[in-house]
Amino acid sequence: MSARGLYSRYARRYGGVVTMPTSAPALADVTASDSTLRRFLHGLPGVDAVGLEARAASLGTRSIKTTAKAYAIDLAISMVDLTTLEGADTPGKVRALGAKAAHPDPTDRTTPTTAAVCVYPDMVAVAKEAVAGSGVKVASVATAFPAGRAALDVKLADVHDAVAAGADEIDMVIDRGAFLAGKYLKVYDEIVAVKEACGASARLKVIFETGELSTYDNIRRASWLGMLAGADFIKTSTGKVAVNATPANTLLMLEAVRDFRAQTGVQVGVKPAGGIRTSKDAIKFLVLVNETAGEDWLDNHWFRFGASSLLNDLLMQRQKLATGRYSGPDYVTVD
Amino acid sequence: MSDKSETIERLSVFKTYKLYVGGKFPRSESGRVYEVTDSKGKWLANAPLSSRKDARDAVVAARKAFGGWSGATAYNRGQILYRIAEVLQGRRDQFVREVAEAEGLSKAKAAAQVDAAIDRWVWYAGWTDKIAQVVGGGNPVAGPFFNLSSPEPTGVVTVLAPQESSFLGLVSVIAPVIATGNTAIVIASEKSPLPALSLGEVLATSDLPGGVVNVLSGRTAEIAAPLAAHQDVNAIDLAGADEALAKELEIAAADNLKRVLRPQAVDNWSAAPGTERMTAFLETKTVWHPTGSLGASGSSY
Amino acid sequence: MASAFEYAPAPESRSVVDIAPSYGLFIDGEFTEAADGKVFKTVSPSTEEVLSEIAQAGEADVDRAVKAARKAFEKWSALPGSERAKYLFRIARIIQERSRELAVLETLDNGKPIKETRDADLPLVAAHFFYYAGWADKLEHAGFGTAPKPLGVAGQVIPWNFPLLMLAWKIAPALATGNTVVLKPAETTPLSALFFADICRQAGLPKGVVNILPGYGDAGAALVAHPDVNKVAFTGSTAVGKEIARTVAGTRKKLTLELGGKGANIVFDDAPIDQAVEGIVGGIFFNQGQVCCAGSRLLVQESIQDELLDSLKRRLSTLRLGDPLDKNTDIGAINSAEQLARITALAEQGEAEGAERWSPACELPESGYWFAPTLFTNVTQAHTVARDEIFGPVLSVLTFRTPDEAVAKANNTQYGLSAGIWTEKGSRILAVANKLRAGVVWSNTFNKFDPTSPFGGYKESGFGREGGRHGLEAYLDVR
Repeated sequence: MSARGLYSRYARRYGGVVTMPTSAPALADVTASDSTLRRFLHGLPGVDAVGLEARAASLGTRSIKTTAKAYAIDLAISMVDLTTLEGADTPGKVRALGAKAAHPDPTDRTTPTTAAVCVYPDMVAVAKEAVAGSGVKVASVATAFPAGRAALDVKLADVHDAVAAGADEIDMVIDRGAFLAGKYLKVYDEIVAVKEACGASARLKVIFETGELSTYDNIRRASWLGMLAGADFIKTSTGKVAVNATPANTLLMLEAVRDFRAQTGVQVGVKPAGGIRTSKDAIKFLVLVNETAGEDWLDNHWFRFGASSLLNDLLMQRQKLATGRYSGPDYVTVD
Repeated sequence: MSDKSETIERLSVFKTYKLYVGGKFPRSESGRVYEVTDSKGKWLANAPLSSRKDARDAVVAARKAFGGWSGATAYNRGQILYRIAEVLQGRRDQFVREVAEAEGLSKAKAAAQVDAAIDRWVWYAGWTDKIAQVVGGGNPVAGPFFNLSSPEPTGVVTVLAPQESSFLGLVSVIAPVIATGNTAIVIASEKSPLPALSLGEVLATSDLPGGVVNVLSGRTAEIAAPLAAHQDVNAIDLAGADEALAKELEIAAADNLKRVLRPQAVDNWSAAPGTERMTAFLETKTVWHPTGSLGASGSSY
Repeated sequence: MASAFEYAPAPESRSVVDIAPSYGLFIDGEFTEAADGKVFKTVSPSTEEVLSEIAQAGEADVDRAVKAARKAFEKWSALPGSERAKYLFRIARIIQERSRELAVLETLDNGKPIKETRDADLPLVAAHFFYYAGWADKLEHAGFGTAPKPLGVAGQVIPWNFPLLMLAWKIAPALATGNTVVLKPAETTPLSALFFADICRQAGLPKGVVNILPGYGDAGAALVAHPDVNKVAFTGSTAVGKEIARTVAGTRKKLTLELGGKGANIVFDDAPIDQAVEGIVGGIFFNQGQVCCAGSRLLVQESIQDELLDSLKRRLSTLRLGDPLDKNTDIGAINSAEQLARITALAEQGEAEGAERWSPACELPESGYWFAPTLFTNVTQAHTVARDEIFGPVLSVLTFRTPDEAVAKANNTQYGLSAGIWTEKGSRILAVANKLRAGVVWSNTFNKFDPTSPFGGYKESGFGREGGRHGLEAYLDVR
């Protein structure tokens, strides 16, 4: 999509506010007030749910075989944010997770490492140590994850803690209550503040909790809101609610990052999280990436899977491709 | 050994008849059974004697199943009803025997009943995606409005199965209720509940989601009373009630204005059914939406 | 499209279908040679490989088949509806059971992607038989009088674009209502109809109720003209449809025609753009555009033209053209050399008349009949590519400024089969739909089919409806 094409839509929908079509600062004007931001977000094209889901399902029928499958499995492994976010997490558990991320398959050292481990802020230091030297990043949820129901200064303190402990990436949750109440600027300001707290070193993933936003129109608006506020990644969900990542909501977010880059030149990553458990599922998501955002996103700098049990299934499929026989859970490590 | 085994008649295995609720086969919560005999008084089996609590559980199961069943496409419901016919065809001999014993019929007459029951499932399988086309449609209202009336299932329906026709009558009252997307709690014929309880086994293996049909056996009047008064039941078919019971249940049903299908004299369940047993348990929803219309300026979309 | 993520070939196995070296005509329950012994070859359009040799029906065979159908009519029409229903249910079930075999067969003979035959054609075929099976014993409820009667022998001629689906649309309602049929499949796609004959045998259908006569236009003409045919149903080109209308003039034959189209897909500025793009792509590239109801004219509101075209072009660049048996193929082969020549000629004419032609980078296989997905922009109502049915993967893009103009342009055609409307505003959908002169109007979707839903055209797109309760009327004596 050319910037000119998109510009015509925003110019039309957004009166004279958008004056500079090709640069991000022009879009910054839309955040001048609650009402300008609302007008912008509500001026985004609508989403027809049936059509969106049909498209996602249709891409889900792609048949990925042999060499393509081998490529996809290794790519998927390299995109996993190996996650443990339990009240029962201990240093021992996190160390085990770090070891797994650095050496997913001890029997095959050609296996790629995962992209990151994802833990609560108080476990960042342990995780850092566990993955030291492996190239695996440490991501930390913050901002009163998963509900996000805390005062802004508490959320920021949470972020500062994680960053200070060495987190390379921060996974924040947006204030869904504010979003659903239409207080878009509040949500925006909070993301901007968290982004600032991340500093130059940590990349920011913004979690929308799509299951709570409920409509696809809301997910599209949240995506643009997050990107306008400076998100490095937009992420579907916490994994703690009934509906998490789905092919349809991820497809919608991929369309958003594609369109955002076309308009601003800024590339933003996407992270579906929760509910992706099998290699087959993961490959379907990679097909969505390939045919929606394109190959520029086929890299763990731009696409991640928030998952835990997915990794072992990927490893078993990888063993199957290597040996020709189906593997079993006794042949991958339990962590 | 082999010589000996030829001379000893093999002892058959009896079946324990159980209720069918929420896709499972529980015994009655009451822990009680009653004796079921054939038309000559010979003992056939013990059937569960359902309690008020069994009835309550059945309502919960039927309500839980309603969203999925009513939300399934009409085509999908038709496929499943046809599947029931297919599975029933494969177990035809079993039902011929059970119906013959229950109703004191010759094997030929019982077979005719079972065949008609199989064909009845086929008949209603065909109705699932046609009833809306026969009883719904667009309405040419005088104004710039699109206006469409469509039938929708009323909800959870309690069905008192006919007392005499233990199988064809039973199928003839269940199939129309579920064809349109309702879910059902069926009280089997009190005297001859065995074909109904066996039907549960067919339904359980025909892709019909659990809870869409729930089969209870026992004392019709005892089970029906709490169901007729139940606030989460939307309708009741009184086919198996006598005059006095029907009146009593209709009064109870008025509490939440259940749709009531009164008992009708049916001499011959083999006769071709009409659409009444479906329409009795359908609501009509009419949707309005403005269309643009040519206005003063020439057009307004 | 070269990409890091290059999909390896994923071909559906051909071994699921066993194609015999030759096939006969199916008359009175038996496969038989043509009276004059003529045969023709059917080829796979994606490879030009000869698939089988088929008996070619002539006038004598038509007469024999009509006689068989007439003979079978007496008993068939006298059967209780519930028994006819059960035959049709059996057929529906066997089609479901054999659906993968039939999908591969259809893909081989027609050239369309396995994705379509597997996910669209075959499920719809089975569903159509299921739907009309259910009507067979309910005809008195259908609104055509209390005792509607069949017409007799139906002569049916079908096209090559959806061979088995068009067969289902013809045969299912005809049998449900108690008629018997003689059906002529298209000369380039006879195989699935012959496999259907075998399904009729598996289902135990009485002899003569269904007769299949592969052949050319002369056989179709003889069938339509046969004096003992009571009902003629044709799907195909408007030119042939008009010929048939002349042929049956002055007889008592009941006629339904499903002919060409030049569907307008109207996109308003408030449309859900990403889904509209999908709908436009599906509307014109489904089955390589060889669809009578294709959305072959894109009418886009001028204010979003650039944005929409950019999105559309980007999306077209992801279409995968190639081996129709590959599960990842989006665009298959054109059905025949003749059709390819016609598409090529019309596209050249579009260019010659000044329309701007665009196709994504797209490698065409060496053998077989192929045409790259093609867009024409700067098209006006006066261009041939905006008026003539191309019946290929060619989309003409026109613009409009107001809803009135969109309606006027959409209706400015001799055809009237289909149209699409894309807008988030409900009242606009309904108002525009009210004013469109087309038999099927899709809103925020396109190319959707369902056996319960009547389908058919206005104007020169034909008359009569197939599908739904309405579809029964064509096969009933409703006087």
